Amino acid sequence: MTERRAVSVRKGCGRLSLTFCGWMLAAAAHAVIETYEFSSPALEVRYHALSQELRCPKCQNQNIADSNAPIARDLRVVLVEQLEAGQSDEQILAFMVARYGEFVRYRPTVDRNTALLWWAPVILIGAGVFALGFHFMGRVRASPSTLTATEAAQLKKLIEENAP
Amino acid sequence: MQVRRFIPLLGFGLLSVLLFRGLSLDPTALPAARLGQPFPEFAKPELQSGEAIGVADLSQRPALVNVWATWCYSCRVEHPYLLELASAGVPIYGLNYKDDAVKARAWLTQLGDPYALNIVDVEGSLGLDLGVYGAPETYVIDRDGKIVHRHVGILDSRVFHADFGAWFSSVVEGTVPLAQRGSVAK
Amino acid sequence: MIPELGHISLIIAFGLAIGLTAIPFWGSLRGHVAAMNLAPSLAVGVLVFTAIAFALLAASFLQDDFSVAVVAANSNSLLPPLFKFSALWGNHEGSLLLWVLILAGWMTAVACLSRGLPLAMIARVLSVMGLIAVGFLAFSLLTSNPFERLLPNTPLDGSDLNPLLQDPGLIIHPPLLYMGYVGLSVPFAFAIAALVGGRLDASWARWSRPWTNVAWGFLTLGIMLGSWWAYYELGWGGWWFWDPVENASFMPWLMGTALVHSLAVTEKRGVFRSWTVLLAIFAFSLSLLGTFLVRSGVLTSVHAFAADPERGLFILVFLALVVGGSLLLYALRAPTVASRVGYAVISRESLLMVNNLVFTVAATTVLLGTLFPLVMDALSLGKYSVGPPYFNAVFVPLMALLMPFMTVGPISRWRQDAPRRWLQELLGPAIAVVVLAPILSALMFDFNVWVALAVLLAGWVAVGVLRDLWHRLTAGRSGALQWRRLSPSFVGMTLAHLGFAAVVLGAVVVTQHSEERDLRMAEGDSAELGGFRFELTRIGQQPGANYIADQAFFVVTEGDNAIATLVPEKRRYLASGQVMTEAAIDAGLLRDLYIALGEPVGEGAWAVRLQYKPMVRWLWVGSFLIGFGALVTALDRRYRVQLASRQEPEPAGQGFEFAG
Repeated sequence: MTERRAVSVRKGCGRLSLTFCGWMLAAAAHAVIETYEFSSPALEVRYHALSQELRCPKCQNQNIADSNAPIARDLRVVLVEQLEAGQSDEQILAFMVARYGEFVRYRPTVDRNTALLWWAPVILIGAGVFALGFHFMGRVRASPSTLTATEAAQLKKLIEENAP
Repeated sequence: MQVRRFIPLLGFGLLSVLLFRGLSLDPTALPAARLGQPFPEFAKPELQSGEAIGVADLSQRPALVNVWATWCYSCRVEHPYLLELASAGVPIYGLNYKDDAVKARAWLTQLGDPYALNIVDVEGSLGLDLGVYGAPETYVIDRDGKIVHRHVGILDSRVFHADFGAWFSSVVEGTVPLAQRGSVAK
Repeated sequence: MIPELGHISLIIAFGLAIGLTAIPFWGSLRGHVAAMNLAPSLAVGVLVFTAIAFALLAASFLQDDFSVAVVAANSNSLLPPLFKFSALWGNHEGSLLLWVLILAGWMTAVACLSRGLPLAMIARVLSVMGLIAVGFLAFSLLTSNPFERLLPNTPLDGSDLNPLLQDPGLIIHPPLLYMGYVGLSVPFAFAIAALVGGRLDASWARWSRPWTNVAWGFLTLGIMLGSWWAYYELGWGGWWFWDPVENASFMPWLMGTALVHSLAVTEKRGVFRSWTVLLAIFAFSLSLLGTFLVRSGVLTSVHAFAADPERGLFILVFLALVVGGSLLLYALRAPTVASRVGYAVISRESLLMVNNLVFTVAATTVLLGTLFPLVMDALSLGKYSVGPPYFNAVFVPLMALLMPFMTVGPISRWRQDAPRRWLQELLGPAIAVVVLAPILSALMFDFNVWVALAVLLAGWVAVGVLRDLWHRLTAGRSGALQWRRLSPSFVGMTLAHLGFAAVVLGAVVVTQHSEERDLRMAEGDSAELGGFRFELTRIGQQPGANYIADQAFFVVTEGDNAIATLVPEKRRYLASGQVMTEAAIDAGLLRDLYIALGEPVGEGAWAVRLQYKPMVRWLWVGSFLIGFGALVTALDRRYRVQLASRQEPEPAGQGFEFAG
């Protein structure tokens, strides 16, 4: 039973995707619906959250909750087992990363390599605010409400030059 | 002319270099997370003998671990090359991945058996520990039993010569002749 | 014969585009009037011959000419005619032709509607657009010829259109999206023309503003349709996935949003000029970058076209020439003298700066997140994935940061305003919203702090907008409401801001309060979800035009009232053998009920997913309001002044509808 499934789905995901790239890959064609029984609703909530944060190593850019690839199915089963075994989210993620690498995490860990990624919005907003502040400060100092004598002279000259 | 007006151009220049580099990278290639680590512990039956085997049964010299299954079409394509490698003296262990043991034995009887041992992994748990995400995949383990390389997809003479030479130099340099070398390679 | 004629038309269009790039531009530099006057005719010529090529390719699709490679790969004799037509742009080659056709359409619209502009300006604008057409026509002809034949090995039948694309939503989604993508080339061309001519002033902003708004409006509608389609067609009930291809369309939208607001300042006040030019360049550059990302295979995506590094290299070189050239021009020619017109820290100008800051940072962050895996890979630092958890984590706070200012902006004054006046105007609404938000959110659903926050922010924006509307309506001396006093600009902005509030509210509510159950159900089984009862009454089979469908009939009841019969399907397409889920949805303004059929799980039972999605429609109603509002602003009279001053008068009202 298992292997028959694996073959048919494999076709959908692997080879076909290379030849059949429209806007969407064949792999995305049908929804994954499975009926796991959880011992508590809290586990089910965590299952949904985690299965959406783990990237399928085989299929193109899908999380394991949405992917039909056999490996995504296996990972869902492992996820259920580990949740039922009382593992924490961190332990489960560590288990997955140990086997499939940092690649499987859709939420990259914050470390030296990803610090820039995570702090970028804050840095950019900070830089923007700083630049705007500089802009206004400069303006306050450079342009009092009346023109300086030289500026007034320049303006007068400009007006004269451009007059018909 | 102000220098800061060139900042966007500079940024775009960097971006272009990145994108150009990106053209020659494969975004789907996934390096094995287990590289440099010992081959994971396991207790599984052997396909032909049915005896329980473990990591200790793997040899103390560089060897291949080939992940295969009868449902895997590409495995059939690479099978003749595995036979060649085996006859050239490369130890190959099979990892019969999520397969039917009866079908698997029939396959080996029909097509020939290149494997020194075949680990039966019906539920795919050893595959999962290795980080297997499809078949075929071929791992290299060194004399200390560490995983040192992984190839995803069909193994042929071109791939073997390009990536496996560090561990099987005698085969690659042709000191051991390969029967019908390259017959499978394109 | 037909494909060859199409190929020849495309080559002629290419030749005309080269002429359009070179001749009027040369004329504008030499002051050669006849050369400049050629521009509109050449633009129309490019349109005509691209349209002929497009029509001939459509004919090949409709006639099932499987000797044409793209037809064989993307169509099938069993395909309904409408989908045969839309299959034209369900692939790389055909969609590229659509891209060029729409570009030619925009060029012609600019040529026809801008005769009141200085001749040199219009000649340069059309030349810049012509250059873009040259690039894409060359791309099409050299690397992605849609008319390539499979001779003599013509297949008997085609391999069919991906079933996911056999949907009415996908007939209009790509054209609308491309209208937006490509439309951003108009403000870009205006910006380049202005840089070349050294005329970056308020009139330049006025000329490009309606075009920008219309293009941005189409982009909004295109993205909205894509999200809606993903929701009902993929069978997951998701509406935004932060996939690289979605991001590719979202980045120009974010940058375009900044541009739309920055242009307002430049038009009204003559300030932010070089910044606005830069935004115009960025917005279109991001749309070109999106094209590169989708078609080069540099990133993995579920939406991507067939990856081909050679095509990628072609677009990259073109991208480098166009964007690099523009930024170099910017560096050399942008006005270096700060605008003389002053404004205070407390003014409408600085509030629009906040808008610009937030949207540029948002666009940059999305760009960084999208390219981050590529950066790490290029630096050999490992394989990373950046997905929805990251984008949500950075995007939500940015929008939350923006919203408090959205209410203050529209009511504040140019040049200088007083916080005291803001306080007078907004204290009432602020108190009302702060009091009502928790109550409202608790009344509608169980209390949830995120929903309360969303109601607070969206309510703040909505109340501010509505209060401003009321002020303007009652501004006259008589008691009657002054509907006629509202300008299309104001109406458009009001609609767009209300739409934004609706999107935010819908997004947060549907994220926080959705309910979902995956169940095993057989005939006669029933299940409860979100206060509704779903009974599976019957399972049957039904053949369609080119597929066979398994159908499950659900009766949904609320209390004692039957409210809907829903029939989710599982289709197997005959030509490709692909299986597809067709979800059944009972749509409502306050909630959607969503059923998707999984696989049979034995003993007559099926895996079934039931979903309750509160306020999910607000996302698309809101986005529609944003896009529609943007289109409305282009009807403003002050943009038509330029039309009225043309040599031949044009009947009023026709104006920018043509551009749409």
